[in-house]
Amino acid sequence: MSDHDYRPKSKVGQWFNDRLPLLTLANHLTDYPTPKNLNYWWTFGGILTFCLITQIVTGLTLAMHYIAHADMAFESVEHIMRDVNYGWLIRYIHANGASMFFLAVYIHIFRSLFYGSYKAPREIIWIIGIIIYLLMMAAAFMGYVLPWGQMSFWGATVITNLFSAIPLVGEGIVTWLWGGYSVDNPTLTRFFTLHYLIPFLILGLVVLHIWALHVPGNNNPVGIDIKKPSKDTVPFHPYIVIKDGFALLMFMIVFAFFVFYAPNILGHADNYIEANPMVTPAHIVPEWYLLPFYAILRSVPDKLLGVVAMLSAILILAVLPWLDTSKIRSAVFRPLYKQFYWILVADVLILGYVGAMPAEGLYLLIARVATAYYFLHFLVILPVLGFKEKTLPVPLSITEPVLGGSPNLAAARNKESKIE
Amino acid sequence: MKNLFKLFSIIILIITSNSFAAEKVEYLKTDWSFKGLFGKFDRASLQRGYQVYTEVCASCHSMKYLSYRNLAEPGGPEFSEAQAKAIAASFEVTDGPNSDGEMFTRPGKLSDKFVMPYDNVKAAQAANGGAYPPDMSVLVKARGGGVDYIYSLLQGYEEAPSNISLDDGVYYNKYMYGNKIRMAAPLSDGLVEYGDGTNATVEQMSKDVTTFLMWSAEPHLESRHQMGFKAIVYLIILTVLVYFSMKRIWSRVESEV
Repeated sequence: MSDHDYRPKSKVGQWFNDRLPLLTLANHLTDYPTPKNLNYWWTFGGILTFCLITQIVTGLTLAMHYIAHADMAFESVEHIMRDVNYGWLIRYIHANGASMFFLAVYIHIFRSLFYGSYKAPREIIWIIGIIIYLLMMAAAFMGYVLPWGQMSFWGATVITNLFSAIPLVGEGIVTWLWGGYSVDNPTLTRFFTLHYLIPFLILGLVVLHIWALHVPGNNNPVGIDIKKPSKDTVPFHPYIVIKDGFALLMFMIVFAFFVFYAPNILGHADNYIEANPMVTPAHIVPEWYLLPFYAILRSVPDKLLGVVAMLSAILILAVLPWLDTSKIRSAVFRPLYKQFYWILVADVLILGYVGAMPAEGLYLLIARVATAYYFLHFLVILPVLGFKEKTLPVPLSITEPVLGGSPNLAAARNKESKIE
Repeated sequence: MKNLFKLFSIIILIITSNSFAAEKVEYLKTDWSFKGLFGKFDRASLQRGYQVYTEVCASCHSMKYLSYRNLAEPGGPEFSEAQAKAIAASFEVTDGPNSDGEMFTRPGKLSDKFVMPYDNVKAAQAANGGAYPPDMSVLVKARGGGVDYIYSLLQGYEEAPSNISLDDGVYYNKYMYGNKIRMAAPLSDGLVEYGDGTNATVEQMSKDVTTFLMWSAEPHLESRHQMGFKAIVYLIILTVLVYFSMKRIWSRVESEV
């Protein structure tokens, strides 16, 4: 890399850069050699940064008008919707922004799963990502509580009650979390405080996430290590900047459609009823992005084991780099893994679907099978596959598959077809 | 492998067929002027809807997040300011305390919130056999079926089937969740007399008052639709421009974008 050779042209620039090398950092970011074969699934990192900043900016504005009090929260949200200038716009961007954020993060995570981006030497990037994802879920959950509607209140009651499953100290922990003997004003004020704090923690982790990424550099659809810089790479600016920008604009069109034409479609109607501790809603369901984990939670008959299963479902991702024993990163060269990958995608979608349905009869059965398969995928299929799978020959450089002219590759493919 | 795929397609098939089989009440349909990309409220319908609300619903249902000034604001029923002032003045508002420390009543002003029919939830329940008539400000957004549900519910009163027994003060409504509702059929033909000569059928009044409720729940709906169209057109144009810039920039490297 040319980072160390960089010197600003102006005297002032040199003086400043010698004391705080911000210009070196800027130079590193613009020149950062990026694999030139990154497809559009790689644009979601930039999109996620946009989502985070959007949530922070709209959130700050909302916080200026919102009142974190059990008697006034619901009313203050209506005040924002009716009387604050463009308050409806800011709130709808923030509320739908959460869904867009999760949509993008799921694509980002599943991209990583497909192309093996979590494997060495990128384990730390991946683990930081999982922590970010966990914090996102916490922030989203607490944010959903703030409007103090029926789903806010009862969602908070159900989720905080999960801690009561912990033996001996569970009940005490729940009382401590609530700040009382039920979800009430103290719960709301602390959730508001934490909801305000977490995005900044995420922001810090995003910096680490990108920093850790810039050490080994990006993975790529072929999943091979590349020389940097080389003819396999392009500088981040302008090539990746414009491509990310184009993808971001496409994403914003979808985002705008929700904000302006279907702002409440992703929310639950019950949350427009003010919280009432005396009336329990017919079905308590979390927001769509938490549904797969909700399904896992409910598929286990025992409360404590259900909580353990739900948490394990997330935490198992953190050890994924060591569960996947295959040396090959990209699913493009792993014919069996590729099929199991799509089954996992279907499995998670099914879990999400049954998570929205009542936990009874056929739904419960499907949830149990899907939960079992989820763990089977990570604990059995992935480790075994690494040893058993016959992978396709991997090209030596990115330019090879692009230009498609390596005699070695052609020979290897021939051999493959003969064996079959 | 193929078997696994078969298994999954079967599971998906079961799920979809199950969700289709689930009993769903078909709501009554009508054409709402406020739906769609350029959806706007029908002013006359909003004004009539306000009349139905204030003459019929308001005797039990509050609308505590609305102020009388809203009635004259753009995008709503758009009564003239004089009309809105007259409407406000027709209500007695409790104000105070005055310099003697006494509460007093005065005619309403534009800045006042809609006067509530009951002082509090308990009073509302006491007057309605224990059932609380919900606040109507955001009612349309607080019900799964939205406007279609409210519109249908108002016209959904029927004789109860013989196998269903109803307690005193409970009525049968085919669109209500569980079919039992504690509100008697609120509308009947000719219940209100529209100033503009529109025939006040139950269907017409249901449509007007539901339109009014949509506005009360989403007072900025019109400006949202207008801004949304502009924003999306702007984004599409920008996206196309950026697409061609991208193609141009990437033409320098022998790689596909």
